[in-house]
Amino acid sequence: MSVESPPETAPTDLTPQAASPALTGERKLVLAGNPNVGKSVFFNALTGLYVDVSNYPGTTIDVSKGRCEGYQVLDTPGVYGVGSFNDEERVARDIVLGADLVLNVVSACTLERDLFLTQQLLDLGKPVVVALNQMDDAARHGLSIDVSRLAELLGVPVVPCVAITGQGVTEARNTLPQARVGHATPGLEPLLTQAVGAWGGQRSDLLLAIEGDPVIRDRLGLASGGQAGNSEVADQRDAIYVLRRARVNGLVEAVVRTGDSSARPGVWLGRWLLNPWAGSAFALGILAILYWVIGDLVAQKLVGVTEGQIMQVYYEPWVRGLVSRFVGEGALHTILVGEFGVITMTVTYILGLMLPLVVAFYLFLAILEDTGYLPRLAVLVDRALASIGLNGRAVIPLILGFGCVTMATITTRLLGTQREKTIATAILGLTIPCSAQLGVILGLLAKTGSWSSWAIYGGTMFSVMVAMGTILDRLLPGQSSALLIDLPPMRLPQFRNVMRKTWSKSVGFLIEATPLFVIASLLVGIMKVTGALDWVMNALAPLVVGILHLPKAAAAAFIMGMVRRDFGAAGMTDLPMTAGQVVVGLVVITLFVPCIATVVVLYKERGWKEASSLWIGSWVLAFAIGGVLAQVIAR
Amino acid sequence: MTLDQVVRGQHIRILAIASADIRTQIIRFGLGIGETAICQQVLPKGPIVLGKNRQEIAIGRPLASGIEVEIIA
Repeated sequence: MSVESPPETAPTDLTPQAASPALTGERKLVLAGNPNVGKSVFFNALTGLYVDVSNYPGTTIDVSKGRCEGYQVLDTPGVYGVGSFNDEERVARDIVLGADLVLNVVSACTLERDLFLTQQLLDLGKPVVVALNQMDDAARHGLSIDVSRLAELLGVPVVPCVAITGQGVTEARNTLPQARVGHATPGLEPLLTQAVGAWGGQRSDLLLAIEGDPVIRDRLGLASGGQAGNSEVADQRDAIYVLRRARVNGLVEAVVRTGDSSARPGVWLGRWLLNPWAGSAFALGILAILYWVIGDLVAQKLVGVTEGQIMQVYYEPWVRGLVSRFVGEGALHTILVGEFGVITMTVTYILGLMLPLVVAFYLFLAILEDTGYLPRLAVLVDRALASIGLNGRAVIPLILGFGCVTMATITTRLLGTQREKTIATAILGLTIPCSAQLGVILGLLAKTGSWSSWAIYGGTMFSVMVAMGTILDRLLPGQSSALLIDLPPMRLPQFRNVMRKTWSKSVGFLIEATPLFVIASLLVGIMKVTGALDWVMNALAPLVVGILHLPKAAAAAFIMGMVRRDFGAAGMTDLPMTAGQVVVGLVVITLFVPCIATVVVLYKERGWKEASSLWIGSWVLAFAIGGVLAQVIAR
Repeated sequence: MTLDQVVRGQHIRILAIASADIRTQIIRFGLGIGETAICQQVLPKGPIVLGKNRQEIAIGRPLASGIEVEIIA
């Protein structure tokens, strides 16, 4: 059967049951597509401001829902196919199965890859409209696509777009009523007919079942794999995938014409960045820029204004005065506007310190991501990360950790296996100093006036990170996933994309982190007024003096570090200590428990067992390593 | 031979992929049994980057050692 003439007969008993509109009369429109094709731009364009984001039960995936002219619009995580490989696919699968129609966003630059999902959606029997996005990028790469031929071959409307500028989006929206069931993969019908004949039920469920989806097979009461009995509903994923691949290859050959792309500067740059020497030099260069922009410009100068001036000179006294009019001196006053006041410290910390730093980090990462550099960086560091049980993809949460460990811990969701998430989380929580404290740490190291402080601090942290990763890699059961990623073409970062990503991630940070810090300062405030805080510090003092050879007041700094990481470092700034003692102190506060916000996220993401082990382990690790170091350098 | 033994610049054809799950993911990306590609980069003890049409796919070394290939040019 040739690709150009798929069967013309209308589907009969394989027709999907008439999709029943929701009780409100609205039809469910689902957006589906590969990662990074511009799906969220469509979602925003269709739904506007009123969007409900909720957690998909049983997963750590958030799903966005909105409304648009008689449709209930659901966004799905970017996936390469619908199935059960990871949480993203499972969520996308279930949402797509419940769809009345699908708006499939594909990138014109990567049709060989993107059309695979498209064809799968068609095979599932869902009515589809295809939004052929990033047409501008395709033109830049010398590609020309015969859109009408593609529509004809697929059997569904195809709308060319450049979503980021708005081009084609309205047309796509207006084409939605014309969504229809397209042409399935040739050769698939006999397999499906067999399955339906033997087992009955919905076409879409049956298709996924014979593709070997374990969850769907379970739901239908089928044994997994191709075992026993029912060969008609056996797992035939390989056969189906080969057919689908051949189909997509044929489609691409029929509609895409390539100009000469090898001379494009973007392609050359992309290859060059993968060269170990050039790539590493570039990465170090980027690191230097990162250090200068964030470590100096933002952490010192900008924060000096936002926290030092706006917050501490204007906001805090003002709000303190305001509260003092209604609340007299005493417990409540201290809790609200005291040293760790919920209204004073939390707001200052989040808006004055964390927000500028987090926004700067996210902006930086968004630029790196939009240019296509991040996946290439992942390739460069893959071997190093593999030695500690991770793979190249972990470079993203690890970089983010230097911005905010709380947010980085959430990002570990993108890692492939549970054990990788455990290892990455442990490294983040224990060895990575977030930007809040990094500035103060670097300042203190500089004050010691000797190069060896830097070397000892950096060397110790690095060794602990490697040792911990290696040990966890040996101890944890199972295997980590290996790198398997698609490298997007390199290009100049697009302002709109970068701004949009930075904005949504920063807002996400504010929403997630604020309540956590409020809880933290409430707890500490209560501890302060009940005297529990002083009690803890006094209890800790002997350990600090005896094991770490540090002044008694350092105990206060460590406890403060549990609330705000920078308090830990800042609390040591005015203490009289030798250079050696400073290094010991800094190593200890970096290794010591993560801030309360991170601890809360840890409990949510990793469960109480893992979170508790990490918390207790950090005490042990901090004092053990600090103690050893104290013996060696700070006699 | 396996993919982790390939040298930069060689054209290869994929003969077999041991793990079913990896097979599925690789097919989705545009490669698969019988498909050809060019080896664009090999990082020392690190990933292998394959190119096909305009796509570039990076495959970690542990995975590459489970993929049977033959050189065609």
